[in-house]
Amino acid sequence: MWRNLLVRLGSSVLVLWLSVSAAFIALHSLPGKIADILAGDNEYPGLREAIAAEWGLDKSLPEQYLDFVGRLLHGDLGTSYVMRQSVGSVLQSQLWPTVQLALAAGVIAAAFAIAVALLTAGRSALGRKIASTLELVLTSTPVFWIGILLLMLFSFHWRFFPVSGAGGWNALVLPAITLALPTAGILAQVLREAMEKTLEQPFVTTVRARGLSETRVRSAHVLRHALLPIVTLGGWLVGGLLGGAVITEKVFGRPGLGTVTLNAITSQDVPVVLAVVLLAAFIYVVISTLLDIAYLFIDPRLRTQ
Amino acid sequence: MSTPLVDIEDLSIRFPGVRHGAPLVRGLSLQIRPGECVALVGESGSGKSLTARSLLGLAGDGAEVAAKRLLIDGRDALAFNKNDWRQVRGRFAGLVMQDALVSLDPLRNIGQETGEVLRAHRLLDNGKAVDQRVLEALAQVGIPDPEWRASQYAHQLSGGLRQRALIAAAIAAGPRLIIADEPTTALDVTVQRQVIAVLAERVAQGAGLLIISHDLNLVAQIADRVYVMHHGEVVDAGSVHQVLTQPRHPYTRQLLAASPSADSRGTRLSTARVSPAADALAPLRIEREPLPARPLHSAAEPVLQVVGISKSYRRRGFGRGKAPFQALGSTSFTLNRGEVLGIVGESGSGKTTCANIVLGLLEPDAGSVQLLGQPWSHIPEAQRRPWRRQMQYIPQDPLSSFDPRYSVLQIIAENLDAGGEPRDRAGVLLGQVGLDASYLDRHPRSLSGGQRQRVAIARALAAQPALIICDEPVSALDVYVQAQVLDLISELLASHGIALLFISHDLEVIRHISDRVLVFHQGQVVEHGAVEALFAAPQHPYTRQLLATPA
Amino acid sequence: MTLPSRTLPGAATYDPQSAKARPTRLPLGVTLSSLFLLLVSIALAIPFWLTHYDPLVGDVTLGLQAPSAAHWFGTDRLGRDVFARVVYGARYSLLIGLAGMLISLIAGTLLGLVAGMKNRWLDEVASRLFDVLSAFPSVLLALLVIALIGPGMMNVAVAIGIAGIPKFGRLVRSQTQLVREADYVRHAVLYGRSSARVFITHLLPNVLVAIPVIATIDIGSSIIAVSGLSFLGLGPQPPTPEWGVMLAEGRDVLRVAWWPSVFPGIAITLTVISFTVLGSYWQRRFEGRNPA
Repeated sequence: MWRNLLVRLGSSVLVLWLSVSAAFIALHSLPGKIADILAGDNEYPGLREAIAAEWGLDKSLPEQYLDFVGRLLHGDLGTSYVMRQSVGSVLQSQLWPTVQLALAAGVIAAAFAIAVALLTAGRSALGRKIASTLELVLTSTPVFWIGILLLMLFSFHWRFFPVSGAGGWNALVLPAITLALPTAGILAQVLREAMEKTLEQPFVTTVRARGLSETRVRSAHVLRHALLPIVTLGGWLVGGLLGGAVITEKVFGRPGLGTVTLNAITSQDVPVVLAVVLLAAFIYVVISTLLDIAYLFIDPRLRTQ
Repeated sequence: MSTPLVDIEDLSIRFPGVRHGAPLVRGLSLQIRPGECVALVGESGSGKSLTARSLLGLAGDGAEVAAKRLLIDGRDALAFNKNDWRQVRGRFAGLVMQDALVSLDPLRNIGQETGEVLRAHRLLDNGKAVDQRVLEALAQVGIPDPEWRASQYAHQLSGGLRQRALIAAAIAAGPRLIIADEPTTALDVTVQRQVIAVLAERVAQGAGLLIISHDLNLVAQIADRVYVMHHGEVVDAGSVHQVLTQPRHPYTRQLLAASPSADSRGTRLSTARVSPAADALAPLRIEREPLPARPLHSAAEPVLQVVGISKSYRRRGFGRGKAPFQALGSTSFTLNRGEVLGIVGESGSGKTTCANIVLGLLEPDAGSVQLLGQPWSHIPEAQRRPWRRQMQYIPQDPLSSFDPRYSVLQIIAENLDAGGEPRDRAGVLLGQVGLDASYLDRHPRSLSGGQRQRVAIARALAAQPALIICDEPVSALDVYVQAQVLDLISELLASHGIALLFISHDLEVIRHISDRVLVFHQGQVVEHGAVEALFAAPQHPYTRQLLATPA
Repeated sequence: MTLPSRTLPGAATYDPQSAKARPTRLPLGVTLSSLFLLLVSIALAIPFWLTHYDPLVGDVTLGLQAPSAAHWFGTDRLGRDVFARVVYGARYSLLIGLAGMLISLIAGTLLGLVAGMKNRWLDEVASRLFDVLSAFPSVLLALLVIALIGPGMMNVAVAIGIAGIPKFGRLVRSQTQLVREADYVRHAVLYGRSSARVFITHLLPNVLVAIPVIATIDIGSSIIAVSGLSFLGLGPQPPTPEWGVMLAEGRDVLRVAWWPSVFPGIAITLTVISFTVLGSYWQRRFEGRNPA
């Protein structure tokens, strides 16, 4: 098992490194000079020199690459030329609102999905039909439209919640629910299907034949099996939450990484966009790795290979 | 006469919506007493499993169970609610199913699975007592090193050990009735006997046992009484001896008559008939039709010559330092034209490795294989290719060897050489295997197991081979269908003079169809010879063990 | 040996555990979806059949009128008929979504085939590529691509296409591995077929046969992604009546008018639902014929 663990860790480090390299290659393979790309639309005295100095544009390409990787390893995300400050400081202030949103949405989605799955898996056909229709609608609806609808109903029409801004819990409710719903749809569907598939397995008959109540059969045995595909999906779900947060912030006018990124795109602030993307990739890899390691602990069949 | 554990009269089970509500089990009556072993025997779909499950209230959602009398532990089971059933399950009756690998929760270790019934019913006061009882149960079923094994998972134990663990989990609460549903399927013969012995021990200790199987010979080892089921009804019942020698129902008679054995050599299985008994004590007499004689070959023409092949593998993972694992030790044999060579062996015996080398799928480390005098091993596939048609293959699972998109016609036509109208030629081949031309456009998915196997045989014949390698071709078929396919193969041998390499774990089938036999054990051929002589007087201790049939 | 999960019609085998009906989509759903998609196709090809209004021209004095007999979906801020804009917008959301999906499909399938074949090194390389691509959340990856190559319709398609490669790639890879290990492929050599012939006649068709089904289900997420990026202003620019763009415009007038925001959203949702329902139905029928 420890061998599997090491391999998994090594693989993650490799993916991180490849992601960073891919970003670097993408940047340098675009038509036009790299200095122009980095400068974007801006022009002010000292800009070109600053770019050349930071990115080492007079050095050879391999050296530039090593510098790039080195900077990242030190946590230096570069400088935003548009805002004339380090990218790190730009992101720092904006990171928490986004993380807060993603976490809240994740918790809501998970609670919803587990409740739906436990209540409907393997039970009445009507319940299942309703649940799967609901899941279908949730996963087919664009997240920003859900946001707009909720905004319309609860903020403009009924004035329960603030229209925009980041003030306190009140402003978190609608965005969090918005972001949670599509994810909840997918989670519920996967969980429910996994539970139903597990309920058909022979070992469930054996467990029932021991006289366990149906609830215990599900909670003590079936749930564990059903969580396995979720664990596999985990990293992707987190990535989806982060991406969805970007869009949701736009709908609700919430500050956060989304606003930062979008502004950066419109003002052609490449270092910021690059940093956000790499940060997201880093989070994804870390979470996927943790989940894969958790998987190794949950499923003993993978331990002895 | 003690009270029966189970007392059933006129049981019927139906599911609305399945087969238009027709009962899947009908008119069944049986009793099981403590210390008694009752067997339910029948083919798949006979309703035997359903009957067994209904004794635990696990017939399935929506099952309508009715009976004149259904007493479980003296109580009226027809009036049971959910709680009553939960009391029965695990405490009064334990369930053992086939294949512990999927019948035990793979995410829980053996100790947890075994102890669960105790915890569910709160039978013991504390965790320590539960652990103690778990170890006792594991020891009772003959698992060595129970402390270590209890912390392991099902996939880490061998087939026999994990089946025992499954039994331990079922008996941990000391149930007075054990229900075993095909408990030994997919296990090797010698391991099957061990598992049956464990169950027999339980019966000797006073438990009642209901054992369900498709294998009459298997239950003969342990059952006191046998109920033969067919299409949901009991067609024959009595002691094992009675049913085996004096079958009353035509279905049972046909079943016994169609079973291959030493006596059926050279005769048709599917048309064998039980002749009326002279008196109650006379042994079973079966009238058989002889098969067409096989063409005699004056001189032995070797089709396949295998000389000194062996194969070993480097160990991976743990044990890397040890010597390489020898899958097959130096093996030699010859197969002559028109001959049937049987290969017998359990899993890990090397017979699969040998077969793969003969098929050219694997290169031997040493030795050579020659097909019709041509070198076959150690040459590039391109050189083998022109000769491939001479050696054909019939697999155990024909469906997975067919391209899922292909119809019967396409499957067979793929193996025809160029020239002539494929549809006509395929039609002729189907005729030879007993299917008419209307099957050409059908899809294997819609065919039964026996029909699929016939299509596989037709495909093999399309290449007009000198040799066919049959890898457990009838193992997945019910007795009567198996009889038909074996007859077909025998007839084709007679008309085409093809040599056959017949691999099977079923000794009776080998006995019926082979001329000579090779017995594999742990990578070596431990014994070989003419089938009758070998089976009558086995020399090697392993062969003796394999052939040991309890009276 | 496990119990077979599907029984042959008329077979005697009875497994009580399979007696429970699996929840199936009502054929009604499939019918409705097909009808709706037919409507959408008409909107795509011959929009003037469905509306006589011009989606790009409107009378500002008639702006923000609620839905009425004259304007079924009302008018937007510039007086343009919302229904006409929704109808004409179909082609943008759909075709860009389709383009993006096709890019993912083609690139993903090629890479997946390569990854699924025997060569372990190629598999490692391709799998790492999939890992890297999926390490970036698709929205953010699309944002990065747009940041580098600029906004616009085709660029959005390319961005979504690149982000979607791992999905198809991994699927084709596992399907290739599955088919490669199947008896009918492994035993083909016993019947004298050359590897090339086996690849072309058996392996490739059986791998590719699963793809159209997945593609249909995937168009849905592609369309959502397109409209999302357009909503953010990175795709087609106003006055193009793309549904995501319309929702962005609607957001701005949400305080006073609900119809510019509701109808384009309904259009997106219904389109995606229809594709998903059809694709799932197709997939179930396909699985029924080819149990894994």
